[in-house]
Amino acid sequence: MGSENDAGTGPTGLHPQQSSVAGTGPTGLHPQQSPRVQAGATEPVIRTENLVRIYKMGEVEVRALDGVSLTVSPGEFVAVMGSSGSGKSTFMNIVGCLDRPTSGTYFLDGVDVSRLDRDERAEIRNRKIGFVFQSFNLLARTSALENAELPLIYAGNGHGAGNREEKARQCLAIVGLAGREHHLPSQLSGGQQQRVAIARALINDPKLMLADEPTGNLDSKTSEEVMSVFQKLNDEGKTIVLITHEHDIAEHAKRIVTFLDGRVVEDRPHDQLRVEV
Amino acid sequence: MLKFLTILKVGLKAIARNKMRSALTALGIIIGVACVIAMVGVGKGSQAAIQSQINALGTNFLMVFPGVATQSGARIFTGESTLTEDDVAAVKAESPSVAYVSPMSRTGGQVVYGNSNWGTQVQGVGVEWPFIRSWNTSQGSFFGDNEVRSASKVVVLGSTVADALFGDQSPIGATVRIKNFPFRVIGVLETKGGSTMGQDQDDTVVAPYTTVMRLLKGRNRIDMFMASAVSPDAVLQAQTEIESLLRQRHRLAPGQDADFMIRSQQEIAQTANETSRTLSILLASAASISLLVGGIGIMNIMLVSVTERTHEIGIRMAIGAKGRDILTQFLVEALTLSIAGGLIGIVLGVGASRLLAWKAKWNIALPPESILLAFGFSAAIGVFFGFYPARKASRLDPIEALRYE
Repeated sequence: MGSENDAGTGPTGLHPQQSSVAGTGPTGLHPQQSPRVQAGATEPVIRTENLVRIYKMGEVEVRALDGVSLTVSPGEFVAVMGSSGSGKSTFMNIVGCLDRPTSGTYFLDGVDVSRLDRDERAEIRNRKIGFVFQSFNLLARTSALENAELPLIYAGNGHGAGNREEKARQCLAIVGLAGREHHLPSQLSGGQQQRVAIARALINDPKLMLADEPTGNLDSKTSEEVMSVFQKLNDEGKTIVLITHEHDIAEHAKRIVTFLDGRVVEDRPHDQLRVEV
Repeated sequence: MLKFLTILKVGLKAIARNKMRSALTALGIIIGVACVIAMVGVGKGSQAAIQSQINALGTNFLMVFPGVATQSGARIFTGESTLTEDDVAAVKAESPSVAYVSPMSRTGGQVVYGNSNWGTQVQGVGVEWPFIRSWNTSQGSFFGDNEVRSASKVVVLGSTVADALFGDQSPIGATVRIKNFPFRVIGVLETKGGSTMGQDQDDTVVAPYTTVMRLLKGRNRIDMFMASAVSPDAVLQAQTEIESLLRQRHRLAPGQDADFMIRSQQEIAQTANETSRTLSILLASAASISLLVGGIGIMNIMLVSVTERTHEIGIRMAIGAKGRDILTQFLVEALTLSIAGGLIGIVLGVGASRLLAWKAKWNIALPPESILLAFGFSAAIGVFFGFYPARKASRLDPIEALRYE
């Protein structure tokens, strides 16, 4: 688990702007983006306070996250950047409720989720978070439709089979896969598979979409395709946090947060690079 | 509930996906359950057969054997039986719980008729013997007091002997020779079949005990005697009465070893039952071991399945499957394998039992509770051996599981 943290100590992946915020420490917030301004109207989707995550590797303690405070408001499209070992994956695991911080607090949609147990986190993931992974993580030998409706099975709010299928069809249509409902992942291209994964992430209408290197396994043209889907969803109001180490992918976001050695070293708004495919 | 049904479907799909593997896994249970049913059937069947034979024999009779005569603590083997005709008469006259008595004197011998001869057991008995053994004649009649008193050379044939010597002819009135003495056949006994110990009970001839004792054996003392109690409940009472009467007649001091032994049919039945019960347990446990091995097979395959599908488990967990959802999914898989195996095993087990009953002419019992038990046992094995792999799956860390390829 800690291996990714070993590489981050070098000067790789430093941003030129790093110095401008280096002194601000854990609270690397930009005043013009401060969610507290909007907090009266709507709860921020993500609010972390001084998140610390320590992995114990035998005797050695690795501080994968070293005091991260970050706020993401509804409707934002944030790219989290950083080299491997910068702590961005650890951050994404905690934000995605797959892991818990060693210390610090994490409010998701206004609720403190940093101390929830496994099953409670599973429920939060199911209801509030839509994951998109680098390796698609679709179930093999399972149709696009069945893959997309999978989260509904565990939702436990009485979705009948017909209802589930209807919703899955809608989500597949949103990502442009209408007509391919019964294709198996092996019969779909990488970009199409990733769009099935996006449809799956959408199906429970999550507060937060969390994409971990979603274009890492795709060529540049397909990457653009997938990014345009994310932009479209963001235009429709979805809050998206995108983890990536590729600058040209991060360019598609409206805000770029850079991690280094477990800290936020830069947090700036960004003029979204629009792609229409 | 809806969620459970959906997860159930997920578990079933996994089985359908690996048909060959699922079939082989279930095979372990199939063989186990079939074995249990067939073996319990054989055990129960033999037990029932023994029970019915014992019941046919009559449960309320006692056998009194002579023992060793002892004098002043020294055991003296006299070669003579310690029981006499007078003892028997006294038991009949003085024990209120005793209904019938029959002195017994036995010898072996060839029964010769014309050119045929047949080696068999010659039993000398009293007139009340048919009542004790509840064994009547199918042809002719039994001898009476006169024949016993006069030690007449009359004989009643067991059906096996009658068939062997006379075939289809009626033996009544014919003369057979036993140890060179001519005996007149006056009756044939009903067919009784095999005994508890597997001997042919019909392979015997019955004559007055006086004739066998004096003429054939040249003795004055009986070998043993039989007595029946007035009712099955009075067997113990009858035993006590006979014991005290004989001790008194043989002038045995209190505490001195008796010079006779009393065996009740109930004791014999008990021993036989014990033996067949041991056999049943032995068979059933051998079969249970194969069921256990089948269960371990399920556990093994489920562990493989969990490892193989770690990534899938990670995906399911990431999108919101709780520990118990994963647990349910894998338990359903294990349970389905074991229950399906159990059902097929029941069919095979019943089939095998029928085949044994038909081909090997074995007495086989198929009590519905043993079928239910086998089924319940196979389901329990599914839960028991499926639980550990399922729990292992449900406890996986989603981050680790997602990284697993």
